[in-house]
Amino acid sequence: MKTKFTKLVMFAAGAAMLGMLSISSQAQEIPRTPDGKPDFNGIWQTMGSAHWNLEPHAASHGPIVQAGALLAIPGGLGVVEGGRIPYRQDAMAKKEANRANWIDLDPLVKCYLPGVPRATYLPHPFQILQAPDVTLITYEFAGADRIVYMNRPDSEAQVDSWMGHNVGSWDGDTLVIDVTGQMPDSWFDHAGNHHSGWSMHVQERYTLVDANTIQYEATITDEATFTEPWTISMPIYRRQDPNMQLIEFKCVEFVEELLFGPLRRPGTN
Amino acid sequence: MKRQTLISVAVAAAVSGAVTFSAFAASDDGYVAPRTEWGHPEIRGVWNFSSNTPMERPRQYGDRQFYTPEEVIERNRLAAIAAEEGDGQSSQGGVGGYNQFWVEGLPQDLNLRTSIIIDPPDGRLPARVEGAPMAFGGLGPDSPGTRPVRFTVGGVGKDGPEDRGLSERCLLGFNSVPPFLPSMYNNNVQLFQNKDHVVILNEMIHEARIVPIDGRPHLPEEVAQWTGDSRGYWDGETLVVETTNFTDLTQTFRGTGIGANMKLTERFTRVADDRVDYQFTVDDPKAYVAPFTGLVPMFRSDGEMYEYACHEGNYGMINILRGARVDEGNWDYDTGRAKQQ
Repeated sequence: MKTKFTKLVMFAAGAAMLGMLSISSQAQEIPRTPDGKPDFNGIWQTMGSAHWNLEPHAASHGPIVQAGALLAIPGGLGVVEGGRIPYRQDAMAKKEANRANWIDLDPLVKCYLPGVPRATYLPHPFQILQAPDVTLITYEFAGADRIVYMNRPDSEAQVDSWMGHNVGSWDGDTLVIDVTGQMPDSWFDHAGNHHSGWSMHVQERYTLVDANTIQYEATITDEATFTEPWTISMPIYRRQDPNMQLIEFKCVEFVEELLFGPLRRPGTN
Repeated sequence: MKRQTLISVAVAAAVSGAVTFSAFAASDDGYVAPRTEWGHPEIRGVWNFSSNTPMERPRQYGDRQFYTPEEVIERNRLAAIAAEEGDGQSSQGGVGGYNQFWVEGLPQDLNLRTSIIIDPPDGRLPARVEGAPMAFGGLGPDSPGTRPVRFTVGGVGKDGPEDRGLSERCLLGFNSVPPFLPSMYNNNVQLFQNKDHVVILNEMIHEARIVPIDGRPHLPEEVAQWTGDSRGYWDGETLVVETTNFTDLTQTFRGTGIGANMKLTERFTRVADDRVDYQFTVDDPKAYVAPFTGLVPMFRSDGEMYEYACHEGNYGMINILRGARVDEGNWDYDTGRAKQQ
């Protein structure tokens, strides 16, 4: 009996080592485009509850009594390095006010474009079309798009926009996207985490760790809101469903009653 | 010299097995498009499809497909004079909406065609099927009609948002409903390509149509979408995009039909470094007695396409509805909403 058990343990350890070996060899075999860059083409999605709250949080009641467990908020370990977002005092007060009334104030509830980095960790897939000069990231949620200029390092935001001005570059095998010129109206999550818009700089870093996993980092620098830059990180997974494709999610039609219902002619619908 | 290099690169790519020789069928004047890193004809970039060519050929031209360049230059000159004289005046009276600075009425290069429609040969739309749903919106007073409102501009009333056109609701652009067509402004489309997908990104409503070109089947028919479900393939130098699965909440074409009954075929052909020809074929036997095809030349734009965030700034809808409530005496100034019944 004991021998059998030992054998089993040894077998398991061997299998684990083999497994590790195969993982580490996979790690070096990331897909590459014909010009030798890491190939991010495909459909991707995060998992987790960062979209509810970037910071560590316990599970809690959802916003609508009737929706019960359907909309109850799952807990999360948080994705902010160091745990907490370093708010300035007045900005912290605004965050708390946002949070207290988030269902009315959260721009995402109104189907507004989510901004960056929020678009990344929404519970919806997004697709990357990579090219040497202009890469597109197109998101299922609200059909948001980012046109990423890969060969215009000096180009600057000319006007503010919800999805920002996106300038891409390569740091070795890491795709770096510097995002500026965002509107102040977007949030980071449903917990009311916010920013100042135009004066914010978001630097995203996308690194393929294997064919189907991106390690994602975003560093947010916004002196008007935070005492220092802060960073979130999480894996992004390739959607491997057969024939996977983004399905249209034009949420405008789902928010018309919310936004315009109080303006309807009495007695009509 | 440059072309020779291109061709030798192309041949090298073909020899290496990335693409086949049949992909290099040249266009009429021998132009061969550059290749993407994946070996497909390259159509990436921002293309402007502004046009002042009428959809249908004026009847006096019969089967005549082309103007002379002199005729087009003269026509454009007269149009520019008329536009300048009328600038600042509104076609609807009142304070006016758009001045000429705003309007993109001319193509970026001469288009000699006498109509956008190229088939049937008379350049005119086939007859409408008797009994096909028809509804025309437009600027100005509301038009008679009922929900669902399938046209883009205008409305059938102001009781609620569903009485307005699809563009006023920020659901679909008035020039980007597939097929996309030249209109008043924002006539820009940016094309993206990779190995197995093409994206057709219209500026209006930041409408990105994602087109798999890997031979996969269409979505199941119960998955209907506002912009349909597109599949593409390369036919020599031409990208062919076939779209089905439209919802029943849009029109087929020009005030007629229901999108759900339509099969749309679009063809994108790079015919010069600075030009991609866009062809569309609409086939809806419940709306038009025969399929028809239009062609719009698109010219390269070196500018960047800006974000068209329509819904986020849709004060128009709020003010249309609120104005109507005030007009009716149904506005409750105390609560800042319509009176409750």
